[in-house]
Amino acid sequence: MTRLNRPLIYFAVIGLLYLSIGILQSWMLALTVLNDALIAAVMALGVNMMWGYAGLFNIGISGFFALGGLAVVLVSNSANLEAWNAGTPRILLSLLCGGAFVFGGVAAYRKLPSAWLRVVVILLLTGLGWATFEYVYTPAVEAVEAVNPASAGNIGGMGLPVPLAWFVGAGFAAFAAWVVAKIALGLRSDYLAIATLGIGQIIISVMKNEIWLDRGVKDVYDLHRWPVPKEVNLQNADWFIAAAHSMGIDVRTASALFVGICFALISATVLVFLLTLAETSLNSPWGRMMRAIRDNEVAAEAMGKDVKKRHLQIFVLGSAVVGIGGALYAVFHGIFSPHSYDDPLRYTFLIWAMVILGGSGNNFGSTLGALVVMLIWIQAESLGPALMHLITAHLSDGPLKSQLINSAVQIRLPLVGIVLIAVLRFSPRGLLPERSRN
Amino acid sequence: MEILNAAVALLNYVIIPATSYAAQLSLGALGVTLVYGILRFSNFAHGDTMAFGTAITILFTWLLQSFGMTAGPLPTALIALPIGIAATSALLLLTDRAVYRFHRKTKAPPVRLVIVSMGVMFVMNGLTRFIIGVKERNFADGDRFIINAAQFRHLTGLHEGLAIRSTTAITVVVAIVVVGLLFWFLNNTWTGKAMRAFSDNEDLSLLSGVNPEYVVKVTWLIVAALATIAGVLYGLDKAFKPFTYFQMLLPIFAASVVGGLGNPLGAIGGGIVIAFSEVSLTYAWRKVFSYLLPEQFLPHGIAQLVSIDYKYAISFIILVVVLLFKPTGLFSGRSL
Amino acid sequence: MTAPLLVGDQMTGGYGHTTILNGCSIALAQGEIAVIVGPNGAGKSTAMKALFGMLTLRSGSVHFEGEDITSLSPEERVSCGMAFVPQTQNIFTTMSVEENLEMGAYRRREGLGETMSQIFSLFPVLKEKRSQKAGELSGGQRQQVAVGRALMTRPKLLMLDEPTAGVSPIVMDELFDRIIEVARSGISILMVEQNARQALMIADKAYVLVQGANRYTDTGQALLADPEVRKTFLGG
Repeated sequence: MTRLNRPLIYFAVIGLLYLSIGILQSWMLALTVLNDALIAAVMALGVNMMWGYAGLFNIGISGFFALGGLAVVLVSNSANLEAWNAGTPRILLSLLCGGAFVFGGVAAYRKLPSAWLRVVVILLLTGLGWATFEYVYTPAVEAVEAVNPASAGNIGGMGLPVPLAWFVGAGFAAFAAWVVAKIALGLRSDYLAIATLGIGQIIISVMKNEIWLDRGVKDVYDLHRWPVPKEVNLQNADWFIAAAHSMGIDVRTASALFVGICFALISATVLVFLLTLAETSLNSPWGRMMRAIRDNEVAAEAMGKDVKKRHLQIFVLGSAVVGIGGALYAVFHGIFSPHSYDDPLRYTFLIWAMVILGGSGNNFGSTLGALVVMLIWIQAESLGPALMHLITAHLSDGPLKSQLINSAVQIRLPLVGIVLIAVLRFSPRGLLPERSRN
Repeated sequence: MEILNAAVALLNYVIIPATSYAAQLSLGALGVTLVYGILRFSNFAHGDTMAFGTAITILFTWLLQSFGMTAGPLPTALIALPIGIAATSALLLLTDRAVYRFHRKTKAPPVRLVIVSMGVMFVMNGLTRFIIGVKERNFADGDRFIINAAQFRHLTGLHEGLAIRSTTAITVVVAIVVVGLLFWFLNNTWTGKAMRAFSDNEDLSLLSGVNPEYVVKVTWLIVAALATIAGVLYGLDKAFKPFTYFQMLLPIFAASVVGGLGNPLGAIGGGIVIAFSEVSLTYAWRKVFSYLLPEQFLPHGIAQLVSIDYKYAISFIILVVVLLFKPTGLFSGRSL
Repeated sequence: MTAPLLVGDQMTGGYGHTTILNGCSIALAQGEIAVIVGPNGAGKSTAMKALFGMLTLRSGSVHFEGEDITSLSPEERVSCGMAFVPQTQNIFTTMSVEENLEMGAYRRREGLGETMSQIFSLFPVLKEKRSQKAGELSGGQRQQVAVGRALMTRPKLLMLDEPTAGVSPIVMDELFDRIIEVARSGISILMVEQNARQALMIADKAYVLVQGANRYTDTGQALLADPEVRKTFLGG
């Protein structure tokens, strides 16, 4: 196997595996896995940009991911005028106030001459800021949340087309990343990891608890998905019924497949677009500088490269890409559910496993890793219990047997863990090692 | 009198809960700090190690209970604890042999070990869920209270009640004993000194004839004991749920980093700082104020500075502030 | 001449692809003080590491008390009776002076108290500061802790890598005095020194290394008297 065609062979093998799911199990399942894998590939690309290009250890991925989903809710959901009138401007005002006080605090810290003065002024600003924020914010939130709480209770969206949410999601994630980076980017890598883990948890907690924003744990259902049609509409469209009949598939299945293919095409387009951008930038002088910094930070700094600024750039860009993944994910699943995003194993560490397996620093590797890991993750969920049924076939029915079978879905966790451990043991540079380019 | 009532309320709702939480966090942070001090990486599998040890302990608690064995007024889990520790020790030694040792021998960069520990985290997380499921479990039995609110009111005639739950008392007592033993071990035994020497200056400790594999093994054994005890105490005091233990990673890491990674005293100090900040900032102070302030000065709300939902933000902010201003931790010093 | 205690014969080796030692040979007998001097980059410290097993040799051998120890690890060489004091990071900074000495005796715990009191009489200041953290001591005192720790293994051979690097001249004189005292107690000493003149004065045997090979080998006094050595290495 020469180095040139190795990626091709891997992608061909994984493609065959996906096809075999379609043939052996169901095409619907194959499409679901593919869609989740493509979205995960977008996120993995973002992680790879941070980790592979720059060695930045971000394990708050689930938070940036959730911000992308939030963007979908705020951009594409229909407007809720009643809630808007009830207090949305006031909430925005309170956020502005809060921001102003934070800004004031930072300015005070930077500008004031003596340490004592700083402490006093910052404490004063914190207290005052907190009181002002609470005073403006709390009544407005209560008013918004009182509007039709069973089905809404949130400020609603702007009723704009879904694709706009990709950009807004990227923007949200980028902004959050910028704030984090301003605070924590100078930290040593494992400290940065812990700090980002915290940020991820905080972002998710905000989404779980700020009902006015996104209905919190009550979830937002039926997200818009333009330009992908709804299954129901397809099933009632004459042209679609005719097409389904001519292919000999029943209309319900055909509509689900059609929708799945549409999503896959959209995710694939976004992924290819981002991959092209990422590869182009990696081969540009900017990308060379990025790698130079990663490989030897001290030398790069000595050569006059602004390491901090570059790290900030890549951290913001990578997080933005993760945000796009979040937007795609929410739209594909049709639901924004902060409660279920509160699962760093699935939305952070699984993505990391993809990047490591694929090969840190190799963008195509991240995509390959995503396709492989998502396949393992979803297949193990159904094959685990099936296997356990076989293993326990001779056991008499009872609590032990049902416990074993019920627990067997968890097999996917150790499986991913073992894959990750094995890669680091036997091939730490991954399936598609970073190419050396000069 | 009102001041006494306020003091009792403060004790009951802030100081006592924070103390037991501090004890649990400190034990957890000690485990993280020992691994960092000896094996020199941040172990992301620590929360799941705690969950695993607790799960095994719970299983044996159930088994003992089904035989009708209890510890009388104490929780049965205390009898099952050594078995939990033994199982966790076995798991950690096995993990070290199968996973970490290779990277140690090949002198892999620490960050690779951190990522390896992510893989271990997946495995342990799945293992725990497999043996006990994902649901919340309560396994505390024995006497619930040393003194309950009604008894206290009756005893003192105060309006405010004070309840000391037996699990709280057990947590604090066990933690003090364990920490005392650990420090005695590190400062007074040959093995403990070898660990400190290894942590301080690896090359020189090798020249002194310290066997690194032995030190690493002992470290994992201690970490297994600390993690299991911390997990069981937390579970007795609150409840056991695998995901909660996974989430404990943040306050535990915050505690060990705030205190200075690799420094056991720092882990305890960090645990106290984090626990007291978290409990006091998320406590609704209205009750305490109601004894101290006249009616018209009372705050409108419940006087809670941070909603309990955002308690992670507190660990995070303390962590970041300490790292920015004193990156080596409050109790600086890198070594055991 | 008595049978040599330590012999490094035709040692060749280096790091990665670079060769630092080129067939360098070092030997010393029981009770001798031997010094290795030479210009910067001559491979003095590397020769020391090779003798102690911290560098894998490509060719050549090391014998100690007549036994071939070429393939032994540094730890195993400690058990044979060799002790090594690295140039830097040679103490446990966060441990007390007494604990530092104890760590030296980690493998030979019998007679611990006796050995320690010998070391305290050699370095009285250590007794005074026994419960202080070693990292809080002055440079000269740290070196005494380092030598003391090495002596706690009760070695037959003490190897010192630039023991006087970075200490003041007064402290340096005192350290040399102590080293002579150690040698009088029957422990052989091999050291690498920057201060060639002073080192040669106390040396029974001296090696001048250049580019990883022996240039001159003789008694310290003879080399001091050699006009060529004086001109090239001792600055006239």
